[in-house]
Amino acid sequence: MIRLHQVSKTFPGSTVPAVDRVSLEVPAGEICVLLGPSGCGKTTTMKMVNRLIEPSSGDILIDGRSTADCDVTQLRRSIGYVIQQIGLFPNKTVEDNICIVPDILGWDRRKSRERAAELLDMVALEPGAFLHRYPRELSGGQQQRIGVLRAIAADPPVLLMDEPFGAIDPINRVIIQDEFLKMQAQIRKTILFVSHDIDEAVKMADRIAIFRDGRLVQYDTPDNILAHPASSFVSDFVGGDRTLKRLQLLTVRDAMLADPPRVRAADSLKQAVATMEENRHQTIVLVGPRGRARGYVALQAARGAAGTVGENHEALPTTIRPNEDLRTAVSTMFRHDVSWLACVDEDGMYLGYVTLRGITRLLSETYRDG
Amino acid sequence: MADGVRPMLMRLRRNGVHVGVFLLGAWAWAGGLLPGLLEQRDDIAFLGWQHVELVALSGGAAILVGVPLGILFTRPRFRRAGDLALQTLNVGATIPTLAVLALSMGLLGIGNGSAIFALFVASLLPIVSNTMAGLRAVPPPLLEAARGMGLSPRHMLFQVELPNSLFVIYTGIRTALAINVGTVPLAFLIGGGGLGELIFTGIALNELGIMLAGAIPTALLAVLVDFIMAQLQFWTIPRGVNPLR
Repeated sequence: MIRLHQVSKTFPGSTVPAVDRVSLEVPAGEICVLLGPSGCGKTTTMKMVNRLIEPSSGDILIDGRSTADCDVTQLRRSIGYVIQQIGLFPNKTVEDNICIVPDILGWDRRKSRERAAELLDMVALEPGAFLHRYPRELSGGQQQRIGVLRAIAADPPVLLMDEPFGAIDPINRVIIQDEFLKMQAQIRKTILFVSHDIDEAVKMADRIAIFRDGRLVQYDTPDNILAHPASSFVSDFVGGDRTLKRLQLLTVRDAMLADPPRVRAADSLKQAVATMEENRHQTIVLVGPRGRARGYVALQAARGAAGTVGENHEALPTTIRPNEDLRTAVSTMFRHDVSWLACVDEDGMYLGYVTLRGITRLLSETYRDG
Repeated sequence: MADGVRPMLMRLRRNGVHVGVFLLGAWAWAGGLLPGLLEQRDDIAFLGWQHVELVALSGGAAILVGVPLGILFTRPRFRRAGDLALQTLNVGATIPTLAVLALSMGLLGIGNGSAIFALFVASLLPIVSNTMAGLRAVPPPLLEAARGMGLSPRHMLFQVELPNSLFVIYTGIRTALAINVGTVPLAFLIGGGGLGELIFTGIALNELGIMLAGAIPTALLAVLVDFIMAQLQFWTIPRGVNPLR
């Protein structure tokens, strides 16, 4: 857990504080993204945590212990640090770069090298091929992966990341972000993450802290920041399409109507119409003997017609998995010109459906409650 | 076919060098030069050893003093002193080495001591200035990452700063030793020994053989020292920061 209490910083020779009485708390295992335009104090705030910049006033506590009481090098060794320029040491191999902190902490050499190999495995870099390479022999994306591994090598509970993926091309950035989130799900570090990119913040953050001129203007979950910006500055900063951005935060499962009525091939169309009318549905999904989604019947076409569902159904234009985000779902609907999608699991089993109206309702829920 | 051409050219070149050396040797022998040199071989060995001693003592001292001095001048607390030192060194580098020798003689009198001191001073300048330039050229993100990870100043110096500036430091040492080996013959003028004795005697007596008995070993020595330094530079600098590998 990281706690900042009334932390301020005024640089020598300046009358305006760069950081002005900032208080925030990052619960253990969460990612807090410090977000704001350049010069807003977010990087200064982060660097005060490992005392690369000494605060002018206020307290910073890590797991309840004030950082001001710690020996500064000991403190830094217990905090992982990743910077945008990566800063891998070109004179050391990948292995030795990863093991820098374990080495200065005096870990057993064999143990630390084993750990380096394990870590490489975690980011899908073949240890045999990469351990003994030098940084200049790696691509930018590979270098930054190593940069992150180096920060977590000694297993620090806290991680500081200063625009870590800012210098990587957009395609690789998305891959590395996903990879990092997957890793974070396992290692559960408490992370302060500086960014100026709202999309990155929405994607990475459990909480977002928005800074302006050295002051913390809003500290909340990504969805609340997007749905309820505290000021016009925040709403301008997060952008006019902020509601669309919220779609990324929700999964199909959130908006899905689970376990709806369904029909089987042997059922008659009359039965299908009855079920739909009873539930006031416009369509109904046909499932196979084991529950796989096979097709659908529309109310309009089935009304008054005779025969079984098996003879008169239509094919599903597409399906979607429940763990996809709603942005993908909406995009899929627009692409196929439909207003609903059947949700299936990896085996094709029918789980439920999601509709455009359902998604709209879900997004507006937060406004109705408030 | 292209694969075959390169080795063939290499072979041709190597054979050409052999033939050239042989022809040069034959010409030297026929002209009476080589027998003349052989007559001087006792002198060459004695004075050559003295020459090596002068280089080793003055050059070694310059490295031992110059590198730490360069490191000291780049530490944050001596930063201002470092700027001043660098400017002084740059001015100092324009003083001809012969003048340095003369000044040293004025200070310490005639003899080996003043020769070694003058050579030491002349070699010190490129070593200090290159050490400083190398250390100052270490990319700031490396230092920030190192500091942020909790490396102590000593760790930073030995694990990050020095390895990453080693190439530039070596270049300074190579330059210094080249100047040093080339200046040692002049040391004869202020009472130092070395192969300069043969060169200047040869000039004074108008004896080409004696002069060359000094000049050729001096030239070979310079080439040899540079070769050794190049090998050291190649093998001791980590592959990741060695532009030669």
